[in-house]
Amino acid sequence: MATTYRIAVIGSWESVMGFRALGLETYPVTAPEEARETIRELAKSGDCGIIYLTEQLAKDLPDVLDRYKDELRPAIILIPGREGSLGIGMNNIQQSIQRAVGADIL
Amino acid sequence: MPNITVNPTRMELTRLKGKLRTAQRGHKLLKDKRDELMKQFLDTVREVRALRREVEEELMTVHGAFTVASALMSSQALEQALLDPKQSVKLTQTTKNIMSVNVPVYDFQTQTRSDADIYPYGFAATSGELDTAVDALGKVFRKMLKLAEVEKSAQLMAEEIEKTRRRVNALEYVVIPNTQDAIRYITMKLDENDRATTTRLMKVKDMLLQQSIEEQRQRDAEVLERFRET
Repeated sequence: MATTYRIAVIGSWESVMGFRALGLETYPVTAPEEARETIRELAKSGDCGIIYLTEQLAKDLPDVLDRYKDELRPAIILIPGREGSLGIGMNNIQQSIQRAVGADIL
Repeated sequence: MPNITVNPTRMELTRLKGKLRTAQRGHKLLKDKRDELMKQFLDTVREVRALRREVEEELMTVHGAFTVASALMSSQALEQALLDPKQSVKLTQTTKNIMSVNVPVYDFQTQTRSDADIYPYGFAATSGELDTAVDALGKVFRKMLKLAEVEKSAQLMAEEIEKTRRRVNALEYVVIPNTQDAIRYITMKLDENDRATTTRLMKVKDMLLQQSIEEQRQRDAEVLERFRET
């Protein structure tokens, strides 16, 4: 079954405005709490496939990332914001390896 | 023999033997599943790392381009230019089954016909840098979608591997040894019972023999007595 889903981009206004031109749904937020609320609502709506979240916001919301880690939808994917990459995305990959293997092997 | 409270009966023994066979079979299967999942997972992870590095780099370039564009235009003009998107993206998600893990496969359709016509603004009021930036972002976006797909797959597979690993360990270190212990205990108990029965029977037989010998002697004695009297 192929249903259509929405793609959301959450981040500071400067970071997300470009995605708006592509036709994605952008949610410019300023505070992590605002982002948390937005993610919650998007997840509840059930038709949001992917949420791109800037690392600047994600660094204050590790609990939210953990909450949706094992769910098929929405997939929360970290992207670097305008201020640059913080390495959280890479770190998360490392963490999932650790989780699967039980040790850091790479 | 710790923590075993089983009835040392033959029925229980048969049941436990069946359980052990199932556990061993399950253990082997789960181990195979874990190994294969791990192989797939490592491949996926390698892909994720490469893709993420690429996406992050390209996205930074795009951000740079947007910064340049916003420097050349007033922020109001920029906001206005991007306010009303011309194209819309529809994401379709199907799932693929990798070793019983459902991983997402994303595909998207854009509403506009051609890639060349994605700019939601007139060219008069905007700078050329904005076009470049939007164009570049459009290209990165495909990779971002792929990234979302593989990264989510990696996360889901990590979870499944963790579960499988726990099950394998539980079977290997708890269920199978315990069952083997229980089987050994029952076997020993039953053997012991067998020996006990054998000795008891021998003892009884001995006693019966003794008794009959005793009786025979008594009869012999009686007969001898009668013979002497006559």
